[in-house]
Amino acid sequence: MARIDITKHELVPKHEVLSEEEANKILEKLNITKGQLPKILITDPVVKKLKTDVGAVIKISRTSRTAGTSTFYRVVVAE
Amino acid sequence: MRIIPKKIEGVKFGLLSPDNIRKISEVRVITADTYDEDGYPIEGGLMDPRLGVVDPGLKCKTCGGRVGECPGHFGRIELARSVIHVGYVKQINKIIRACCRKCGRILLPDVEIEEYRTQIKKAKRVGKSELPIIEELLKSAKTPKECPHCGEEQADIKFEKPTSFVEDRNRLSPTDVRERLERIKNEDAEVLGFDLEVARPEWMVLTVLPVPPVTVRPSITLESGERSEDDLTHKLVDILRINQRLLENIEAGAPQLIIEDLWELLQYHITTYFNNEVAGVPPARHRSGRPLKTLTQRLKGKEGRFRSNLSGKRVNFSARTVVSPDPNMSINEVGVPMLIAKELTVPVRVTHNNIEYLKQIVKNGPDKYPGANYVERPDGNRVSLGKVKKIEEVLERIEVGWKVHRHLIDGDVVMFNRQPSLHRMSIMAHEVKVMPYKTFRLNLCVCPPYNADFDGDEMNLHAIQGEEARAEARVLMRVQEQILSPRFGGPIIGGIHDHISGAYLLTKKDTKFTEDEAFQILFISGIDEPLPEPILENGRRYYTGKQLFSLILPKDLNLVYQAKICKKHKVCKKEACESDAYVVIRNGQLLSGVMDEKSFGAFAGELLDRIVKDYGTDEARKFLDRATKLVIEVISRKGFSVGIDDEDIPKEASERIEEIMDRAEAKVQELITAYNEGILERLPGRTIEETLEMRIMQTLSEARDKTGTIANEYLEQESYIKGKDNNSRIMAVSGARGSLLNLTQMSACVGQQAVRGERIMRGYSERTLPHFKRGDRGSKAKGFVKACYKKGLDPLEYFFHAMGGREGLVDTAVRTSQSGYMQRRLINALQDLKVEYDGTVRDTRGVIVEFKHGEDGADPARTDWGRIVNTRKIIKSIVHESIKDESIQDRDGGR
Repeated sequence: MARIDITKHELVPKHEVLSEEEANKILEKLNITKGQLPKILITDPVVKKLKTDVGAVIKISRTSRTAGTSTFYRVVVAE
Repeated sequence: MRIIPKKIEGVKFGLLSPDNIRKISEVRVITADTYDEDGYPIEGGLMDPRLGVVDPGLKCKTCGGRVGECPGHFGRIELARSVIHVGYVKQINKIIRACCRKCGRILLPDVEIEEYRTQIKKAKRVGKSELPIIEELLKSAKTPKECPHCGEEQADIKFEKPTSFVEDRNRLSPTDVRERLERIKNEDAEVLGFDLEVARPEWMVLTVLPVPPVTVRPSITLESGERSEDDLTHKLVDILRINQRLLENIEAGAPQLIIEDLWELLQYHITTYFNNEVAGVPPARHRSGRPLKTLTQRLKGKEGRFRSNLSGKRVNFSARTVVSPDPNMSINEVGVPMLIAKELTVPVRVTHNNIEYLKQIVKNGPDKYPGANYVERPDGNRVSLGKVKKIEEVLERIEVGWKVHRHLIDGDVVMFNRQPSLHRMSIMAHEVKVMPYKTFRLNLCVCPPYNADFDGDEMNLHAIQGEEARAEARVLMRVQEQILSPRFGGPIIGGIHDHISGAYLLTKKDTKFTEDEAFQILFISGIDEPLPEPILENGRRYYTGKQLFSLILPKDLNLVYQAKICKKHKVCKKEACESDAYVVIRNGQLLSGVMDEKSFGAFAGELLDRIVKDYGTDEARKFLDRATKLVIEVISRKGFSVGIDDEDIPKEASERIEEIMDRAEAKVQELITAYNEGILERLPGRTIEETLEMRIMQTLSEARDKTGTIANEYLEQESYIKGKDNNSRIMAVSGARGSLLNLTQMSACVGQQAVRGERIMRGYSERTLPHFKRGDRGSKAKGFVKACYKKGLDPLEYFFHAMGGREGLVDTAVRTSQSGYMQRRLINALQDLKVEYDGTVRDTRGVIVEFKHGEDGADPARTDWGRIVNTRKIIKSIVHESIKDESIQDRDGGR
């Protein structure tokens, strides 16, 4: 069976790995440490696909019923 | 007092070890007696003076503190034999089964134990719960028949509720159990989930019982001078007595049987001491037969320490009484009975400016209004003016810096509340209006947010005690600030019932008042706006209802909408609508359309919504206050009553309804015949029976709806002929009260009764009542009520109707309790989430839950019924803006 690219599925929102500077900028803007960000498991199917490390910040852009699109940030954590 | 700031890092729970219990105890309690003949506490008894003080004036023998200073000290009872702690039987049961009866090791090979150990460590590191892993270990360690470490054969242990264990028909005594738990190695205990710093398995079996300080179980002295002990003391006396007897019997070498009986009894008393509601144990009772309130009962449930003393507390400066309506007050006000105004106080700081005024108030004392009940010195000491002999002496000493606790006066800001407090509008800030009689008075427009009516409802009032709180309440909680509900972005405060019918009567097409009438109405409703040009008819000056209503509209308001009474015709005739349902307001003039629920009704008020959002809450409050007064005056003058003749329909209509009913019944029979012959076509995904049921239900409900339309048609027609609308119908159409369905049921047909969403199927075998043949699927046999309420139901219909009605009652009872509990859980989960100033939602640790509240950062109360922008409305308003300009020119030219 052919492997399906889940990131192409319409229900999977766009995930991007932020660079160190970008991540720090976000943290500074929100005035928080990484520990106060929502978490995402490194075993999450999309995160696996992004091939990133624990501690990276991921930006998720979702379509939202109320706001058109909305952005979320999550920090990758080990299981 | 110096406050030392401290941060709580965490809380750790553990078991008390016997050593620990001895260490914290100041007294070893040995006698079951509490006081001697002279009324002094006996040393070594349960009221030993070393356990703390409860009597004022005495000093604690341990710490020397007085009442309030001494926190109380623990004692202990050395048990003659070990006893199982009921709170831990479940854990003991699981552990004892998972461990070897001889060597005490976990009944798993070392490799597996290590496997679990690493799993637990990992879970702890990630911050996950280790409990499911331990649970799994306990489950897998239950099965082995032989110990993998010492080879001992394992017997099956049965747990017999509430506190005994049986191994191969031999009862294990608590001492046996304790020995087994003692054998468990530290390393194994760790894997079993014990934190060795604070817990060891054998500590779950008691050898020493801590005796709580007397401050925990104070005795009360009754009026007769008799002392009455706390339930816990009673229970401890029982424990001590049995313990003593057990000890004596053991020392005397009594037969095993007697010792075991006493041991069992000791176990019972200690069990009920901890929890008097253990399944399978008869609760220990007081002499009067009332079950004792022991440790668990003190903490648990709604009346327990947590829910009733820690999460919620009784407060001072509050009042509660019955509420009644007062349509002449502002929505911001609350009528407070004089009696309550004299009891509740507000602290006012004495300054140079108010000292004379406050002195007068203090001089009035607690009984003369407006007076004061207390004065407070700068050091915080209070002088009660009720107890002081000479108020003059106090008066002389009052100076700047003191505080006077004066009675409530008009204009004070208070908080007003009705339970259940389900949303923020359940507590709002009102301004006090002191009134005679004994009820709280409130404006009818605030009934919807409180969900209050006047059939005996009581409400609470809280007097605000500080400047900061007062300012905050006034700005944030004031009634006028709560007109818009954050639940749906429209007004939740607004007109109800008579306000709506009154507005309808006032603004419908041909309502007009003579000049005299108009002046009176406007004077009573407190409207003193400049009057428009009256219309002339037969040489007399009249004002139309629309003209009067326009007086209270903002002068530059432009609004167009369809009223509640709109029949949703395919082609809208706009201003030419027969029922006057097209509302046009230009430059604050109501040009066409009638005011009904959609104008300023609670939950629906389109016009009110526009006013709050465009002109602010002050203007909205003024509008509501004046509109309701105006409208109530109009309805009072016109009169508004209903009777059953409102539901009279002409003979012609009854005949048509009859015909529809007959036709529907025939159709049902047809369907049944088709079903019996097997030619009924099955609907996709349904059985043939389901299809039949659905078709029948559909046919009957269509028939009912048709009869309803017919009845309504005639009622409406009649109103045209008589030239006067029918009041029942006015209420239904304008949205004041009742619905068209209610009218249908009264005048045409009640319709199908249902239980569990189906036609009524229950009762005897294959039939609902013995009046029908078995297997009858006809409309009548399954609970279709053909009659209307006015005509009256026949006995069979009445019975089916009662069945349907009962289900409704049961449903509401069940729903309220279920949704109440669900709400409790939701609030517990969400209570400390907060929207920060940057729009993020965070918990108390600052962990972000949402990056933008609601994803769009909008305040739902300020949205247009949930939408941030309503483009259609904006376009409409712009279009009408241009029309408006033309019409101004027209009118000006005409003058």
